[in-house]
Amino acid sequence: MDWLNAIVQGILLGGLYAMFATGLSLIFGVMRLVNIAHGDLIVLASFLALAVVEGFAMHPLVSLVVVVPAMAAFGYVLQRGMLNLTLGRDILPPLLVTFGLSVIIQNALLETFSADSQRLQAGALETASLTIADGFSIGVLPLIVFLAAIGIIWGLQTVFYRTALGRAFRATSDDATTARLMGIDNGHVFALAMAVALAVVAVAGVFLAIRTNFDPSIGPARLLFAFEAVIIGGLGNLWGTLVGGIILGVAQAIGAQINPGWQLLAGHIAFLVVLVIRPQGLFPKMQG
Amino acid sequence: MTPPPDTPRPATPLLETRGLEAFYGDFQALFGIDFTVGEGETVAIIGSNGAGKSTFLKSITGLIANDKDAIRYEGGAIGSLPAHRVVRLGIAMVPEGRRLFPSLSVEENLLIGATAKRRGTWTLDSVYDLFPILKERRHNPGTALSGGQQQMVAVGRALMANPRLLLCDEISLGLAPVVIKDIYAAVPRITREGTTVVVVEQDINQAMAVADRVYCFQEGRVSLEGRPGALSREQITAAYFGM
Repeated sequence: MDWLNAIVQGILLGGLYAMFATGLSLIFGVMRLVNIAHGDLIVLASFLALAVVEGFAMHPLVSLVVVVPAMAAFGYVLQRGMLNLTLGRDILPPLLVTFGLSVIIQNALLETFSADSQRLQAGALETASLTIADGFSIGVLPLIVFLAAIGIIWGLQTVFYRTALGRAFRATSDDATTARLMGIDNGHVFALAMAVALAVVAVAGVFLAIRTNFDPSIGPARLLFAFEAVIIGGLGNLWGTLVGGIILGVAQAIGAQINPGWQLLAGHIAFLVVLVIRPQGLFPKMQG
Repeated sequence: MTPPPDTPRPATPLLETRGLEAFYGDFQALFGIDFTVGEGETVAIIGSNGAGKSTFLKSITGLIANDKDAIRYEGGAIGSLPAHRVVRLGIAMVPEGRRLFPSLSVEENLLIGATAKRRGTWTLDSVYDLFPILKERRHNPGTALSGGQQQMVAVGRALMANPRLLLCDEISLGLAPVVIKDIYAAVPRITREGTTVVVVEQDINQAMAVADRVYCFQEGRVSLEGRPGALSREQITAAYFGM
């Protein structure tokens, strides 16, 4: 039963990792930009939620109403005002600039909120559980996170494959120059993609803040999990990213069952195994 | 230096360039191109590889930055406009090598051509009417078609922007003669619907057959200009090879 519990926890944790990874995958897919600040943006969303919850005395999940639009708007401005300028033939400028952004975000959060560990209180939701069978139950909150991840990915797939905006995303990703010939304003499309990605980051940040203790420094580790989930799942495939997240979560859970100190290592080993056996990922849809 | 034209110029040109220059970094590709096309005309540009024909079209559509006043369209200076603004004004290009979007189906490729949201006769239905084979393959990925069919998609995609001026960059490249004939058979229909067409063509015979006027480019300059009927083989050969 312990093992079953562990694996199920791992699957549900995979939903959170998939949520971390979705924004990263989207940005790389549309504009070939690797956002080193991605994990820190998740933590930024967590602290934004903290400020909103403390300022307006609302439930963390209600803070989504403020945090999601705020992060989306920030994403649009960030892309249009700064990151668009780094895009070009060279892969280095976006990496350097987003690395700098990562440092700035961490230190700004440190200045504003101190290094204290924080946590968002979600009340009864945190400990509520559903009993599936004798001795086997799953937490309501992890289940909500998992379902939210599925919902977000389903929503993004719908946008990508059934809307004009999604067509513009896919066309710009294929061939940015010819997309301009169609009348697509690349700067605007990239900014919209970043806005969508940061909206997802906002949801991930709020759920992270409820689930674990967070402080300004935990961003890079989230980036690593997001990266691993994307690579395991395969580039350019959002459902693949969900699978990647689940595999990572389950690996960590199994590792923790064997020995609590092996949790993170088990995840990294799973990532390395996939990288060695199938470097393009399990369900790749595009070349890097 | 542009040789004096032996044809009367169109009254009010739809598009004209004066002394147009174009650079790729330090490399100069165009040296003072004077060019006009009037509404309803079909103009062909011929020339060998590297003559600057594609560079010229890219300059007009805004993929290459130029001097603002060097390109005038409908009387306005558009030389420095970015590409996504130029197509909204009514200039669409069928790019060299077709450049369909592989992630999009045939129909989605056509639909994205309409991003500029210009009103006109060209809709999905009228494009399918022009190229019926595409309707059968509308949900196939754009790149799963034969070369000729892909060229039809590329032309249809440009038409979906309902352009006043359609620029075709080497649409015969890599296609069998029978297929080229099929595609060029669509040009009269396109001009009948009110679109002015400029074609860049490697195939001189095809260019002469479809055009009202022909320009020959040679190493970034106009080396010859005139009506197909008024130009001799010798004149064309000399202009083409810069002799």
